[in-house]
Amino acid sequence: MITTTHIKELLSTCMQCGTCTASCPNAFAMDMPPRKLWRLVLMDRTEDIFNSTTFSLCSTCYFCTLRCPRGLPLTRVMSLLKEQAFKAKSPGYKKGTAFYGSFMESVRRHGRVRESEFMTLYFMAMKNPLLPLEFAGIGLKLMKKNKVAIQLPSRADESNLDRLFQKVKEIEEKP
Amino acid sequence: MKYIYYPGCSLEGSAVEYDGSTRALMAELGDELIDIEDWNCCGATAAEPMSELLSFVLPARNIALAEKIKEAGDILVPCSACYLNLKKVMVERDLDEKLSNRIDEVLAVDDLSIKGTRQVRHLLDVLAHDIGAAKISDRVVNPLEGLKVAPYYGCQCLRPYGGFDDPEEPTTMTPLIEACGATVFPWNSAANCCGASGMNTKREVSGQLVKNILMDARGADAIVTVCPMCQMNLEGFQKSVSKGTNEDLSITVLYLPQLLGLAMGLSAEAIMLHKNLAVAETFLEAL
Repeated sequence: MITTTHIKELLSTCMQCGTCTASCPNAFAMDMPPRKLWRLVLMDRTEDIFNSTTFSLCSTCYFCTLRCPRGLPLTRVMSLLKEQAFKAKSPGYKKGTAFYGSFMESVRRHGRVRESEFMTLYFMAMKNPLLPLEFAGIGLKLMKKNKVAIQLPSRADESNLDRLFQKVKEIEEKP
Repeated sequence: MKYIYYPGCSLEGSAVEYDGSTRALMAELGDELIDIEDWNCCGATAAEPMSELLSFVLPARNIALAEKIKEAGDILVPCSACYLNLKKVMVERDLDEKLSNRIDEVLAVDDLSIKGTRQVRHLLDVLAHDIGAAKISDRVVNPLEGLKVAPYYGCQCLRPYGGFDDPEEPTTMTPLIEACGATVFPWNSAANCCGASGMNTKREVSGQLVKNILMDARGADAIVTVCPMCQMNLEGFQKSVSKGTNEDLSITVLYLPQLLGLAMGLSAEAIMLHKNLAVAETFLEAL
């Protein structure tokens, strides 16, 4: 279930000045500016928030957080919205869920991310046969330099972080 | 000096030359790096969208492991994303007791805890403030005269906490580049965002950011970076973002320790120049 109540508190003193929007390098591509997104959170307009692409376009540059005259943790708010979309498997955030989820799955299994395993998991999660083509250029460059090798996903090894992942989950699910 | 060294995952893979050149440079300068055994991924920017608590626990485990090492020394981190994640733990646990307790509750599963005895330092901070341009300058045997270098800081070594440089108009690389005999290329993109992992999931958007940076760098001989994500975005997509600009946006992109190493007479092999994705022929000839 998507909830934004805990996020609302972080934005309560937003005065809608728009410094965040003016500072955001990705605002040009957003369907609504960050300033408006904060307002929707304060108004509990959950559906509109998660139908928008705005939070998913945050590239965590921290310019808005740095410059906010109220000192609000705006980059953290973007991440908390991503977390809600991730946990609710929000359809508009499918790519982000698959990408970050695959990354963290590789980390859970091995303690460190294995770059090519993670990308394979990502392609599998997206189920789009054309997607790997988007990465052919950079992938070939990296392979030519012997920096990555084709690697099939493998089972968790001894250094896996599963215990920590489980404990985090347990704490988060505590009422 | 001695440092506890946290390389992070990229430095074992796509940024192996950042690891190699950092180790070679620090050895040349007489500083010792002590590896953290069994370190784990810091969570990059991937843990936070999944679970905020997990995004604290992953870097926290590394800090706890670093605290167990007997030697004194700060934790040295070359990757900006890793640096911010480790730094974030130290800053936020001081501000939020509940968070601090939660982190320790999870770490207890591995019999670990954080006492807060070590500083987290970015490689750029250490090069600029512990080692300093004067010491680099004294060791330069191959001055990079005539080379125009654009310093690129990106985001996560500067913001949100700042600390060792101005978070909007950083300057710590200037004396280091000048110590090499090179000239700092004046530009406006030094602290701009490269699009980060958006190059994977939102390339039509992040590609614009990369394009703007590369357009701004026209006229420079090289861009110097201090982050594997920035480096990959600026060196790996030069051809594709050039499309539709009528410009050739190809440019040499190096890690800062590679540039310093070259000036100090380290070989191209020692700084692993063969691993970079964008090194122009003209740049190699100029050396």
